Amino acid sequence: MTATDAHRTIEAVFRIEFPKLIAGLARIVRDVGLAEDLAQDALVAALEQWPKSGVPQKPGAWLMAAGKFRAIDRLRSRKLHERKHEELGRDLDAEVEGVAAAIEASLDDPIGDDLLRLVFISCHPAISREARVALTLRLLGGLSTDEIARAFLVPEPTIAQRIVRAKRTLSDAHVPFEVPRGDELAGRLSSVLEVIYLIFNEGYSATAGDEWMRPQLCEEALRLGRILAELAPDEPEVHGLVALMEIQASRTRSRTGPGGQPILLLDQDRSRWDQLLIRRGFAALNRAELRARTLGLPNGPFALQAAIAACHARARTAMDTDWARIASLYDALGRLAPSPVVELNRAVAVGMAFGPAAGLALVEPLTSEPSLRGYHLLPSVRGDLLAKLGRLPEAQAEFECAASLAKNVRERDLLLERAARCAAGSRT
Amino acid sequence: MRVIVMVKATKDSEAGVMPSEQLLTEMGAYNEELVKAGIMLAGEGLHPSSKGARVRFSGDQRTVIDGPFAETKELVAGFWIWQVRSMDEAIEWLKRCPNPMPGESEIEIRPVFEAEDFGAEFTPELREQEERIRAGIEAQK
Repeated sequence: MTATDAHRTIEAVFRIEFPKLIAGLARIVRDVGLAEDLAQDALVAALEQWPKSGVPQKPGAWLMAAGKFRAIDRLRSRKLHERKHEELGRDLDAEVEGVAAAIEASLDDPIGDDLLRLVFISCHPAISREARVALTLRLLGGLSTDEIARAFLVPEPTIAQRIVRAKRTLSDAHVPFEVPRGDELAGRLSSVLEVIYLIFNEGYSATAGDEWMRPQLCEEALRLGRILAELAPDEPEVHGLVALMEIQASRTRSRTGPGGQPILLLDQDRSRWDQLLIRRGFAALNRAELRARTLGLPNGPFALQAAIAACHARARTAMDTDWARIASLYDALGRLAPSPVVELNRAVAVGMAFGPAAGLALVEPLTSEPSLRGYHLLPSVRGDLLAKLGRLPEAQAEFECAASLAKNVRERDLLLERAARCAAGSRT
Repeated sequence: MRVIVMVKATKDSEAGVMPSEQLLTEMGAYNEELVKAGIMLAGEGLHPSSKGARVRFSGDQRTVIDGPFAETKELVAGFWIWQVRSMDEAIEWLKRCPNPMPGESEIEIRPVFEAEDFGAEFTPELREQEERIRAGIEAQK
């Protein structure tokens, strides 16, 4: 094997083993920052030895052993250091051996639990949301700081610093390396799901960001979601999130036109929707709903959003969409997680199911909603409903307003086109 | 990126010889690892080519040819579709697969075409806009 071949193999192995390695070492040393350093040390050792000795049969086990020895070394020198400053009566060797024995014993635990612990600590509320995203992508995704920086269009040193500070915060706060239990679990799990979905959305809907990183982010988020679904199979909302991401990702090929312009859901070429992902999404949604039912819980927000996405996925053409069902799902979502945006979406669904007048009636109270001020979709939806009712001058005004609020050039152009069609006497 | 991973047939698989208990267990464990890693999208076994058929195309002519087919080593006996970051990762994962057949066998990996492969959805104008955004951010540093 040439040096280059060996290198590439080692890189591939490392990418695969990195999160498990960090997770296992973090349990021993109780510090993710130190765990990452030790993992990097193990990588250096591999880069030195494997080109000569060949890649081991079980590379993961080799790396873990290498990391473990270095962990014991660190603990030993740390104890030595402490001893210089405190007068310990105990025998140093016996103490180190005790620690080593504890490490051995603890390594009987399945690696899955460690990975789950790593997921929870990376998404810990003690660090900022941006830091959670960066740390998760780094430790669980194995992305380099450069890749993360390109994905979020942020300078690389900013990301590097963000990650360093996050690890320090976790270390200083002595955040325990454990899976939260009882009352704590729901909130902490929410935080994890939020981070994963943030990553997905950054890839899915970002209008800025490196074009090569965007699909990568969706794939990363999907992978993390699927991994989490295996680690925490009893949590319905984990399956709900995976279902939502699989179905949304299924539309990737149909969402942009040849000029890069966005194509709205109802105008997309459905033959380009990925049926493999749709099928996986439906399966995940079934798991979510079944699990919730078994636990005697209502479907959570992710499962409901996934169910809405499934309604679209199920319809062979836009005309076949079950809008009444979508409306009732938004209704349930609105009761669970009330928000003006959800209500706006419900208005759209009601308008499609029961006529534009019914939809408009639901939009009216939203026009005075402060949090929707400046949100271009509000006048856009209102314009659409007014146009369908034949109130074209009012509709045109709404589309022009929406265009002025639009976040990017392509969306603005779409809205101005719609305004122009109203002026020309068209309801659609 | 996605890859399709194709297990090639052998005389045994073509003869309908079922895998041993041990192999089934090992394969099951391997498939579980793929699922746990979040990379497994799909996977199926195929019946021997004696149960298959081919359609040959020549101009407007269509000829149906029933299996079995002769070139055993080129036939596909089973496949997976994986979501991976690179061919290197796919190869590394594949190396960890238990030998799917008694004796020697081969498994082929091929990358699947993605949307991006079909070319310029990103026009020169959009590329320019992207550069301006990037430059703007650099200027603010």
